[in-house]
Amino acid sequence: MSKPSDLVQGTLDMLLLKILALEPMNGFAVSQRLKQVSGDVLQMSDGSLYPALHKLEQEGWITAEWKTSEKGRRAKYYSLTRLGRRQLEREANSWGRLSSAISRVVKLKGA
Amino acid sequence: MRTAHWLYTIPLRLRSLFRRRDADRELDDELRDHLERKTEEYVAKGLPLKEARRQALIDLGGVEQVKEKCRDTRHVNSIQDLTHDLRYGLRMLRKSPSFTVVAVLTLALGIGANTSLFSVVNGVLLNPLPYPHPDQVVIASNTSSTLPETWISYPDFLDWVRDNHSFSSLSAYESLVSFNLLGQGEPERVSATEISSAFFPALGVTPVLGRNLSPAEDQLNGPPAVILSGGFWKTKFGSSPDILGKSINLDGTDYTVVGVLPENFYFCCENISFRLSDVYVPIGADKNPWMRDRKFHPGIYAIGRLKPGVTLAQARADMDGMASSLAAAYPDTDKDQGIRVTPLKQVVVREIRPFLLVLLTAVGFVLLIACVNVANLLLARSTGRVREFAIRAALGASQGRVIRQLLTESVLLAMAGGALGLLLASWGTRTALSVLPSTLPRASDVRMDPHVLLFTLVVSLLAGVLVGLAPALKISQPDLHETLKEGGRGASGAHYRTQSVFVVIEMALTVVLLVGAGLTIRTLVSLSSVNPGFDPHHVLSFNVGFPPSVASADATQIRAGFRQLTDKIAAVPGVQSVSLMNAAVPMGDRYDVNFWINGQPKPATDANKPLTLWYLVGPDYLKVMKIPLLRGRFLTAQDDANSPGVCVIDEDFARKYFGNQDPIGKRLNFDLVYKQLEIVGVVGHVKQFGLDENARSLARAQLYASALQLPDNLTQAWVPFTGYVIRTQGSPDAFAASIRGALRRFNSKAVMFHTETMDSVVARSLASRRFAMILLAVFAALALVLASIGIYGVISYVAGQRTREIGIRLALGATRSDILKMVLVDGTRLAVTGVAAGLVVVAGLTRLMAKILYGVSATDPLTFTVVAVILTLVALAACYVPARRAMRVDPMVALRHE
Repeated sequence: MSKPSDLVQGTLDMLLLKILALEPMNGFAVSQRLKQVSGDVLQMSDGSLYPALHKLEQEGWITAEWKTSEKGRRAKYYSLTRLGRRQLEREANSWGRLSSAISRVVKLKGA
Repeated sequence: MRTAHWLYTIPLRLRSLFRRRDADRELDDELRDHLERKTEEYVAKGLPLKEARRQALIDLGGVEQVKEKCRDTRHVNSIQDLTHDLRYGLRMLRKSPSFTVVAVLTLALGIGANTSLFSVVNGVLLNPLPYPHPDQVVIASNTSSTLPETWISYPDFLDWVRDNHSFSSLSAYESLVSFNLLGQGEPERVSATEISSAFFPALGVTPVLGRNLSPAEDQLNGPPAVILSGGFWKTKFGSSPDILGKSINLDGTDYTVVGVLPENFYFCCENISFRLSDVYVPIGADKNPWMRDRKFHPGIYAIGRLKPGVTLAQARADMDGMASSLAAAYPDTDKDQGIRVTPLKQVVVREIRPFLLVLLTAVGFVLLIACVNVANLLLARSTGRVREFAIRAALGASQGRVIRQLLTESVLLAMAGGALGLLLASWGTRTALSVLPSTLPRASDVRMDPHVLLFTLVVSLLAGVLVGLAPALKISQPDLHETLKEGGRGASGAHYRTQSVFVVIEMALTVVLLVGAGLTIRTLVSLSSVNPGFDPHHVLSFNVGFPPSVASADATQIRAGFRQLTDKIAAVPGVQSVSLMNAAVPMGDRYDVNFWINGQPKPATDANKPLTLWYLVGPDYLKVMKIPLLRGRFLTAQDDANSPGVCVIDEDFARKYFGNQDPIGKRLNFDLVYKQLEIVGVVGHVKQFGLDENARSLARAQLYASALQLPDNLTQAWVPFTGYVIRTQGSPDAFAASIRGALRRFNSKAVMFHTETMDSVVARSLASRRFAMILLAVFAALALVLASIGIYGVISYVAGQRTREIGIRLALGATRSDILKMVLVDGTRLAVTGVAAGLVVVAGLTRLMAKILYGVSATDPLTFTVVAVILTLVALAACYVPARRAMRVDPMVALRHE
């Protein structure tokens, strides 16, 4: 498991929620999307992805459903619940506050 | 938000818990899907299939680990923790089987004893009576200025029925009735209760067959009707349903069977004999002269059901008003007479309640002692685990988590103890009740019902928590640094302190139980040395049921019959003396008459007239019962219907009403039964109400009159109650058959019943005390054993922990006897402190027992001393074994060991 995901566990949860907020998708697609949107900055191994998804599911923020995919293959699709949407808002807000606070501190130090 | 959250998550949790396999399979599928896609991606990038698959696996980083991590997210932690704790606890308990066995057995004894006694209390005191809305059922009786409870006169009762506003049904009943059953094979005696037609409606009982008595049957010269008890119907008529409408012959009268009661019907109060009646006949049809006269109070009580919404207080007020209006209307008989209304349940348990409460307290103490013992065992064991818990704490286990682990273990122990205790209890209760069948009212209601099971469960849980709490709190806050540094020996002085406090508590509780048992034993001993006023040994008493040819003859013939039968019985070899015995019977039925002393003004009301117990006997009564004649003479064969009426009084009578005057030659006036009787002698007092009669302060004047001087009309009326007592050579039990033979020779249809030796009558009067004594003694013995094990355990443990110190002392020159003394002094200090504390506590507590004590003070110094000495000695003996062990410590081994 890579270090950054440990450090910002809550942030990763938020990212996953954000990704799933766009459309329901399966675990593989989530990992692809995550790589795609964050480039190499946020690396999340496949090994941490699934426990994270399961945790969100157990929290009731996302819900899973078995669907037949485009290639006729059965896959587990995750989608955001109403609770998850609210959680995402909350986390996005606090993340916004936190990141602006941190960047202010960093600027202060740099000055 | 919270609720919404749970709405989403609870199904998930439940699924994780109960459909784990499904969840796991889906997880497998999901990961396989991922791997396939990933592999395809790598293949698309140009890797060979094999390499692509390998890369995909590497990316995932170990399928099993990922799965485990996913499973971990399933948040059924608290339940999983519990299963973990349980599994771990079971493993720990399995690992030390001897500890587990001792602890479980100890708890099983404590919980079992409690369950057993609770099932009795539950059946007898707590369970509602087996009637619908039992709280509405009350017993009513009269009261007088001198007596808290007297029988009711039937005319008064009829007025109650007519004028009351409180009862939906009100019935009189009299249970001292019996009949000869004729025409069903051998004549036999059946016990009967005379009831009003409202009796079963008042109880809320419906016959299984037929109907209740009708009001038309419940009156003088109504058609004779009878209701059979279920048991009588079964044994006598093979439960045949065509019994309805048939008739049975009771004392020469044909009664039509109109109903049969359910077999489990039960009506049994202290004022009713424990025998259930065979038949129920209408009281209104009773032709006896005393039923029509307000002056007589012939064994009648009333039972009523309150109208819905009427409270007990309202009913009491209503009946108080009734009493005053009756007093105004009939001042001669009813003035100063009250009416008492008591809930049926209270009447049923009145006598037994103080005993059961004392026993319940005692058995609670036994459980406490058992708990303290097990807590001590756990404490001792946990010291060995201090290091284990210190490490856990160091690794971040919360204090609560450790406490939970320990409590899980102790509750496991208690549950096992509870289960075993339940087995012990159900077996023990059955045995106890079969040994003591008739001492307990409502014994048939004692069983392991859901209440008892719930009680056991709760008690076990409490015991588990109680037992585990002290060690858990103790150990969950270890001084990490010290403990780890000490190398895990971990014993600190504080542990001894807790354990010592436990031992002191245990000793004190044991003192309480021992003193309680001691006082009860002393009570029984002093009661059994009480002189009942007569010699019960070698005396047989029985009643005789005469057939109609004898019973309905005229008074002269009946008297002649009595004489004849007396002679026939006296002729039986081995019978030393024989006497008629009617009306009051020592330690049995009681009958009173009002009187006033001739020459003194007649009291205005019946209630103001003095009362005396009234014995109707034959000339040899004193010889049979060996009651001492103190003055004058006793009744003789010459005191018969043709000679002037005489009587003999007892010493209490003489003292109370004549003081220092000589009562001989004085005359007593009556307005019931007799006109006037002359006192011709004074005899010793007989303890009518049992050996403990003074304790109930009911001792009453006693008067003996000749059965042959009963007025003509009453001579006939009293025939059904005729009894005899005989003094025999050798065991009276052997005489039943030959007496029955004599009876047959007198009249082939006469029946002998209620045959009982006077010894057993006396013993019966102590039955509930003996019951309480046996149980208290058992509890106290249990407590003594537990407490000795307890003090033995602690002293061994402490001595064991001090092995090194002892080694050093020995190495420095202490002698072995110094060591012995040291350990013994430790033990003695604990024992003596405990005993002293116990004595202080018990001095306060035994006052609560005063009700069931007799002839011994609640703070009897002898009992206290003996208990203190015994317990201290037992405790010392328990300490001696570990002290000897400590004495033999080899200093080299002890020091090297450390």
